Amino acid sequence: MKLKAIIEKLNLKVLTAQEKLDKEVTGGYTSDLLSDVIANSKEGDLWITLQTHQNIIAVAKLKDLAGIVIVSNREPDEDTQKKAQEESVPLMISGERAFEISGKLYGLIGS
Amino acid sequence: MGIENGLSQTFEITGNDFSKAGSISTTVKEILQEIGIDSSVIRRAAIASYEAEMNVVMYADKGQLILTVTPEKFTISVEDEGQGIENIELAMQEGYSTATEEMREMGFGAGMGLPNIKKNSDEFEIASIPGKGTSLKMTFNLDTKKEK
Repeated sequence: MKLKAIIEKLNLKVLTAQEKLDKEVTGGYTSDLLSDVIANSKEGDLWITLQTHQNIIAVAKLKDLAGIVIVSNREPDEDTQKKAQEESVPLMISGERAFEISGKLYGLIGS
Repeated sequence: MGIENGLSQTFEITGNDFSKAGSISTTVKEILQEIGIDSSVIRRAAIASYEAEMNVVMYADKGQLILTVTPEKFTISVEDEGQGIENIELAMQEGYSTATEEMREMGFGAGMGLPNIKKNSDEFEIASIPGKGTSLKMTFNLDTKKEK
């Protein structure tokens, strides 16, 4: 499913990289540990996390993730948004918690 | 980019600079992609390189990452000047970490760094002198038959 469609269905607010929303999302990964995400996420995953600092962007970029959803209405740091824009990584926020967003995403694309 | 004669590139890593952390690994990945290395090998190298780079940022004053590519293999060497590792055996254990509370809150310090590096490289060497620094050498074979 395209990221654009997921954004609509999950009611996500897009902060950066509007030009990358045509990307195909092939899975999801929910974790706040960066080493875990680096080791175990897959290309095309939508990453669900509560981390808001700038280092999440390099992780998403290195792993070719489809984008990052920051949960519980947490506002990403200014540096994070700037870096996401520079690196063309879609950064989104949701008012829901990781459990709800993950469950809904799984309902949409989980196999 | 021709690699018949090999290619070697050195990158400087600044300790405690979280703003650039991960950028060298991103560049290394781009170089490997440009050379046309198999994507499954690049995936492993990116994980190992990122963890090694982060270790320098978190625990050392400064360091260097050297990427060397030959037709048969490539190596990523990371050498730093910093606190070093007291007990390498312990540091290699999954879950063991000396990260500060602040690093843990950022999602680092899961004790997965060195184990991830070892798991994702074909050969892995580590040496450290406490109070001086640490050096890592990760080798990735380009012969796909030998791939893990």
